[in-house]
Amino acid sequence: MKLTGRAFVFGDRIDTDLLAPGPYMRQPLDVLAAHCLEAIDPGFAAEVRPGDIVVGGESFGVGSSREQAVQALAKLGVGAIIAKSFARIFYRNALNLGVPALVCPQLQAERGQRIEVQPIEGRVVNLDTGREYRCDPIPAQLMEIVTAGGLMPWLEQKLARERQA
Amino acid sequence: MAATLTEKIIARACGRDAVKPGEIVTGRLDLLMMHDSGGPRRVASRLEKLGARVWDPDKVVVVSDHFVPAVDLESAQILALTRNWARAQGVRHYDMLGICHVVLQEHGHVRPGMFCVGGDSHSPSGGAFGAFMVGMGATDITGALVTGEVWVRVPTTTRIQLDGRLARGVSAKDVMLMLCGTLGMGNEGQVFEFGGAAVGALSMHERLTLCNMTAELGAVTGIVPPDATTVAALEATGQSFGVDLAAWQSDPDAGFGAVHRHDAATLAPQVAAPHSPANSRPVTDYEPIAIDQCYIGACTGAKLDDLRMAAEVLKGRKVATTTRLLIAPASAAMTNQAAAEGTLATLTAAGAILLPSGCGACAGMGAGMLGDSEVGISTTARNFKGRMGSTHSQVYLASPYAVAAAAVKGVICDPRELLEEWA
Ligand code: SF4
Repeated sequence: MKLTGRAFVFGDRIDTDLLAPGPYMRQPLDVLAAHCLEAIDPGFAAEVRPGDIVVGGESFGVGSSREQAVQALAKLGVGAIIAKSFARIFYRNALNLGVPALVCPQLQAERGQRIEVQPIEGRVVNLDTGREYRCDPIPAQLMEIVTAGGLMPWLEQKLARERQA
Repeated sequence: MAATLTEKIIARACGRDAVKPGEIVTGRLDLLMMHDSGGPRRVASRLEKLGARVWDPDKVVVVSDHFVPAVDLESAQILALTRNWARAQGVRHYDMLGICHVVLQEHGHVRPGMFCVGGDSHSPSGGAFGAFMVGMGATDITGALVTGEVWVRVPTTTRIQLDGRLARGVSAKDVMLMLCGTLGMGNEGQVFEFGGAAVGALSMHERLTLCNMTAELGAVTGIVPPDATTVAALEATGQSFGVDLAAWQSDPDAGFGAVHRHDAATLAPQVAAPHSPANSRPVTDYEPIAIDQCYIGACTGAKLDDLRMAAEVLKGRKVATTTRLLIAPASAAMTNQAAAEGTLATLTAAGAILLPSGCGACAGMGAGMLGDSEVGISTTARNFKGRMGSTHSQVYLASPYAVAAAAVKGVICDPRELLEEWA
């Protein structure tokens, strides 16, 4: 699996309220997603294109367990999230909803630079600077969930296999 | 090989001799808890879509606590859905009997060495009983319900060593606020193991508060190695368990990530300023800020021991006319005990208003919300912006002693001064 997209770079402790702002939590997902990260980057939702990559700092996704924080990014087409560290529940929610989340503390990237990610191998390349970074690969057993499209499709396939057996 | 308590529990759950921090492993669940907010209303349709049922109804517990008692049609529908689903699946359901983390313990569901999950971010509470218990989102819970398994990344164990004894008027809540203030909220990948003489002297209710608020530290969970106090509390639930105390301890030479030592005796009551538990400082650093509402509630702050702390301060005193004191005991059984022993009468004689047992204003759902520009002080765990009502309200966090003291004086003050007058 190899993903390539433009980087959108953010700082430390991007919380679930920034990703899925409270006032829009009762609205449909596309409305919520349009406000994703607007408090710190008003142009983000309009500029981000399918396959682009969000780069964060420490404790990305800190806060509540609301899955909409991941769903908003996925709705906008974000292909992967790379951060120095993730809040535990956010990390799980990301993989469960089919969005690769990689821990890569060394990565240096600026907004708009092209990034290539190989989640299974644990390899990130900044194509514009030519620098390559090693990171913790997403373990194969969890990557199985991501490639299936998330935990629900993965469960569907698993149950179907069991019923056939 | 030497291992920490958490590593031993995870190794047992995944059928291995040993596990290392950082490894991802899959464990068999001993218990899955969910509540009316994140539970059946979110998972029922997903299970239906999968054509699946819960893997083992005996290991699933549902607690209705967030929307109780129903205050509008929406909450009534959610509660009905929860009731019907639990009945159809044949799982244990505690309906309006108290807050999930407290009800689980009261009925002996969480025991030393268990590997458990809960559909709530304060599920680390279960660690008070020497179990490994973590919180998860609704999709994760759905998967766990179908498979009976959960993957975890084995956490690094951080040991919090509390030597000495907590002073009078200082509680587990102050320990956790102090840790939030000093360690911050970004302690990912860690389990906080609490030990030392001061922890050994704490009641189970106080240990619940310790583990509960590891959620505010951003930790995976918290744990207190079981001892005679743990066993006595389990026996008091009316069931007999063979607890192998020796088996569920960290080895002395186990690999701890860090050990933080604190002298419990020197800890002062703490207060967290709006809008984060990390804004905690000793109460002595605060001006006498005027308080509109004092709230004693939540899994963190309204267990029987918490009510007793408040009663110690409120005995023979009155709530100041400039403020109001609301108390929502953490469970129906605790309300009953507090009534039987006279604690409740002490509180109501002082002018406290009693609210139903449940999450209530802690979750920003039930009675006791704050209006624009109102200032509250609360025994709950979180003071994020808008959590207890208006986004323009201000919430301070403190122990039951300090919240009761604020109720008497109408301002933030040091509860030790009021307690000294009784000494
Ligand atoms: S009382 Fe508050 S912290 Fe505890 S489970 Fe309910 S909402 Fe969560």
